[in-house]
Amino acid sequence: MEKIMHTPSLPKLSLSTRLFSWEFFLLLITAAVFVINSLASPYFLDPWNLSDATFNFVEKAIVALPVAMLIISREIDLSIASIIALASVAMGFMAQTGADSALIVLAGLGVGLLCGLVNGLLVTRFQIPSIVVTIGTMSLFRGISYILLGDTVMKDYPQDFAYFGQGYVYAMFSFEFVLFLVLALVFYLLLHKTNFGRRTYAIGNNPTAAFYSGINVARHRLILFVLVGLVCGLAAVLLTSRLGSTRPTIALGWELSIITMVVLGGVNIMGGSGTIAGVFIAVFLMGLVTFGLGLLNVPGIVMSIIIGGMLIGVIAAPVLLKKFKNRKPGS
Amino acid sequence: MKTLLQNREVLLAVLIVVLVLMVGLVTHDFLQLSNLLAVYNDTSILIILALGQMLVILTRCIDLSVAANLALTGMVVAMLNSTYPDVAVPLLVLAGALLGLMLGMINGVLVWKLGIPAIVVTLGTMSIYRGIVFLLSDGAWVNAHEMSGAFVSIPRTELLGIPVLAWVSVIVIAVMVHFTRHRRLGREIYAAGNNPTAAFYTGIQVGRLQFVAFSISGLLAGLCGYLWVSRYAVAYVDVAAGFELQVIAACVIGGVSIMGGIGTVQGCVLGALFLGVINNALPVIGVSPFWQMAVSGAVIVIAVIANAKSERKAGRIILKKAALQTR
Repeated sequence: MEKIMHTPSLPKLSLSTRLFSWEFFLLLITAAVFVINSLASPYFLDPWNLSDATFNFVEKAIVALPVAMLIISREIDLSIASIIALASVAMGFMAQTGADSALIVLAGLGVGLLCGLVNGLLVTRFQIPSIVVTIGTMSLFRGISYILLGDTVMKDYPQDFAYFGQGYVYAMFSFEFVLFLVLALVFYLLLHKTNFGRRTYAIGNNPTAAFYSGINVARHRLILFVLVGLVCGLAAVLLTSRLGSTRPTIALGWELSIITMVVLGGVNIMGGSGTIAGVFIAVFLMGLVTFGLGLLNVPGIVMSIIIGGMLIGVIAAPVLLKKFKNRKPGS
Repeated sequence: MKTLLQNREVLLAVLIVVLVLMVGLVTHDFLQLSNLLAVYNDTSILIILALGQMLVILTRCIDLSVAANLALTGMVVAMLNSTYPDVAVPLLVLAGALLGLMLGMINGVLVWKLGIPAIVVTLGTMSIYRGIVFLLSDGAWVNAHEMSGAFVSIPRTELLGIPVLAWVSVIVIAVMVHFTRHRRLGREIYAAGNNPTAAFYTGIQVGRLQFVAFSISGLLAGLCGYLWVSRYAVAYVDVAAGFELQVIAACVIGGVSIMGGIGTVQGCVLGALFLGVINNALPVIGVSPFWQMAVSGAVIVIAVIANAKSERKAGRIILKKAALQTR
């Protein structure tokens, strides 16, 4: 699925200019959506509403951070939503044995990590494209959840477990939201300020060259898969705690909205480029769009049209602009 | 014998036969010709879609929007039928196929002319097409009693003891064999996926072939829209939800390389049949339907591991160690 050289390669803008303009572009759209929302619905600008609206997207947003790094390294994980489901099921069984919240959380994180390890080992040990591996494990993990739960629901969670998904910090901000901000900072530092992050870009740009400059490509990718799994486990903790229940259909279809967030954030699906800042803005853009549409009573499936259109439109816009510019005589 | 078993198609065929025989040991009725035909009939739609998907994957792209395309064309055809019951069914089928073609062409143009990665394009159109189904139908169902008799019965009509639905898939298989083996366009699709740079220098327009592949995949999805809706005699928003993964899985199991350029019609058909047999066999041997998803997931994982070994030999690798490490 590599993009192919049927067009002569265009001179590339320097990385910083290009990235800056992309994030600037995203910010403009986000601001526009904010204004449109506040004009369209009188309930939008209510601070409590805005704060509560974050519940709807931060769980996905948290997963989007490591997935962005994974995609930058030229891999992809379609099994993320299934990992969340399986981790949630594990927490359900842990809760049934009467375990306390700490153990339940540990079970969720542990299962998430294990699933990531399975994906990573399959991809790196057998050198299989991650898109096929994770299409397989996507059914596998979700299928195991179905086998374990059938069509039943588990909801015997201890009372204090509800804090992760329903608690507030400083009365105004949800625990989930604060956690997302902290994680965004952590991932920003990891991707942009450490050797690990630099290697991620190197691998995504040219795996062979990266290998010959002494980077252990396979191990690096394995770590990224494990990281994605672990964060999926964390998202499962938040989601399960917020809903207070587990069923096998939990987080169904989330992989698509998470990958949409990442791609919308300017991460190149072919690897090699993208920033946490871009993903951070894209997360809010999608959150604002869905929240605004929700206030206007637009059904979820119609939102998906808009988000799908946004995904294609935002990616196509720069290309179209460039084509349009080139068409002008003399330029 | 050894080389024969190393051949993926032969191996798959043997696996399918063994699987069928094993299920037959538990339930003797499973081996009856009528039942085997029913299993094939059940798998027909998957086969047709997998063949379209194969062309797309051959050109190094992927089409995640097939199931949404199917749902949209199926809904349009069903609504047309319920509003205008007098319109001849073949005309409706044609309309469905053309609508599917159009939806496929949209994917193709975005990939070809704008150079957007196929996975991004079809991720987007997948939710757009599925959303349009909701807008059109307002979330309502088109039920069997709203469809005309001919609309529902044509795929079930038996010709020479085999339902029309199965015949359609046989025809599609035959056309695809001819197309991929003997038509210039079909050969070019392999060339484009196998080595795009070389193809470009031999004068093959890779982008145009990607467009062609997406168009054919869309056309077949449109055809299947009618087949699906009439076979199950109901159209609703979530028709074939998640089916795109089954379709891609059938290709992968059948030995189509996700990196493009490698894959055969017979392999693809066998891959689809393998999934079809599993899906039909599990309930027969008394395994709860909740196992189905996990089993097909496990099958995909095992199949891709097997794939990885056979695929890597292709081509001359100069920097062997690096190629192993980084693909």
